[in-house]
Amino acid sequence: MSRPQREIAEAQRDRDLGLFDRRNAYDEQVLKVGDLTRLIKEVLEGSFASVIVEGEISNFKRHMPSGHLYFTLKDEQAQVRAVMWRSDAARVRFDISDGMKVLVKGRISVYEPRGDLQLYAASIQPAGQGALQLAFEQLKKKLESEGLFAEEHKKPLPYLPKRIGVVTSLEGAAVRDIISIIARRFPVVELTIYPVKVQGDGAAEEIAGAIRDFDTLGNVDVLIVGRGGGSLEDLWAFNEEVVARAIYDCTIPVISAVGHQVDFTISDFVADVRAATPSAAAELVVPDRFEIQDTLRTLSRDITKAIEQLLGQLQLRIDRLTSHYALQQPASMIDQKLQLVDELTRRLDTHLVHYLESSSQQLSAVKAHLNALGPQQVLKRGYAFVQGPHGIVSSIDNINLEEMAMIHLTDGILNTIVKGKHGKE
Amino acid sequence: MGKSNSKAVMEKTASEPDFEKSLKRLEDIVETLEGGNSSLDDSIRLYEEGMALAKSCSIRLSDAKLKLKKIQKSSGGDLEETDIEE
Repeated sequence: MSRPQREIAEAQRDRDLGLFDRRNAYDEQVLKVGDLTRLIKEVLEGSFASVIVEGEISNFKRHMPSGHLYFTLKDEQAQVRAVMWRSDAARVRFDISDGMKVLVKGRISVYEPRGDLQLYAASIQPAGQGALQLAFEQLKKKLESEGLFAEEHKKPLPYLPKRIGVVTSLEGAAVRDIISIIARRFPVVELTIYPVKVQGDGAAEEIAGAIRDFDTLGNVDVLIVGRGGGSLEDLWAFNEEVVARAIYDCTIPVISAVGHQVDFTISDFVADVRAATPSAAAELVVPDRFEIQDTLRTLSRDITKAIEQLLGQLQLRIDRLTSHYALQQPASMIDQKLQLVDELTRRLDTHLVHYLESSSQQLSAVKAHLNALGPQQVLKRGYAFVQGPHGIVSSIDNINLEEMAMIHLTDGILNTIVKGKHGKE
Repeated sequence: MGKSNSKAVMEKTASEPDFEKSLKRLEDIVETLEGGNSSLDDSIRLYEEGMALAKSCSIRLSDAKLKLKKIQKSSGGDLEETDIEE
């Protein structure tokens, strides 16, 4: 559009807006400056009560202590001064800086003392992407560069926590899921809920405060911080710096559990462990008690096996002793050893009777085995062991014809001479 | 939040026997017994202790009921812990 064309178009628009007629209304009149600015202001406020302007931020200043924002909005052709009051500025989630392309919604008015035309901004959005998305990226970058996400700061979770803290809302499914999963998996814990607001004004401060309170109390071994699914806006508290800092400062390991599988929040990055959902946090914070029962069974079996083996070795030693010294040692010595084995077997039996209910089958097998180990028991049943000049006779090759063989029975020894041998068919 | 209050909260939770310690002790016993270097008397004692631990842990696991608590800030700003029902 060429310049004359544009002027015609603008004049046409002014006529449509009624400006042309009004401008003519004051033709040739003498106006005071104050009157003029007031009239201009009225015209502008009437015509530009709500506009959205696209432009680039420059000369950005946050005035302290008032907290009002001052900046210039410009493009290649022009610029306009803009102001944003503190109450509106507090709702801007991302950091504004010079050069940023934005959409500003507001009204146009005149600052009478200087006769300046100003855009009074009510809200600002980054052009091209969502404000929350930009705020998220900005904070993520900032905290990352400060090292808040670094692996070396991540604390390991306790294997078996005794006390678990939960920072979440009492409403919603998240808290119920966490309670029921922990109650099912590993109820040998104390679960302490710290109810907080998880969305809306003040939610981030409440969450951060609860984390700090837990840290001060020191009454839990691990913390779950989170909430169920929702929109980006709903989850926003977990993208706030105050929450991120509280998690980072917390000396108790923190599990972040926000929203669904696909939702990533700043809390997730700072926390020691990220759980995809509140339920997932409950699953990973405690082991399954049935797995631990299995471990207990295995350990009991290992202990029993070890003691069995020990008694077996003892039996071998006694066997060796009886075979070597049976002639020289008084019989009472052997009896004492045998008695010891009986005694141990009996004590073992007593405990095995009380062995975990679930292992009763295994128990009877072990008992049978241990009873079989006692030589006295075997001898009582009519079995004997034979001792020759070369030691225990376990084969017909261990002894020669006409040699002495001592047959040990439960109540004494028979002295015999080998008169013949018959191998098995 | 008062200091005395936080102390009271800590004392309340300190008495519970430690499940993880019991489990660790049990594992140590197995290791010692399997090492086979203890005297007979010691071994029997360890065996007895181990079986008792396994039993008590197992009973605790099957009988345990989740202890549920809630923290609230009083109007004075103190933190109050109360038991709640599931």
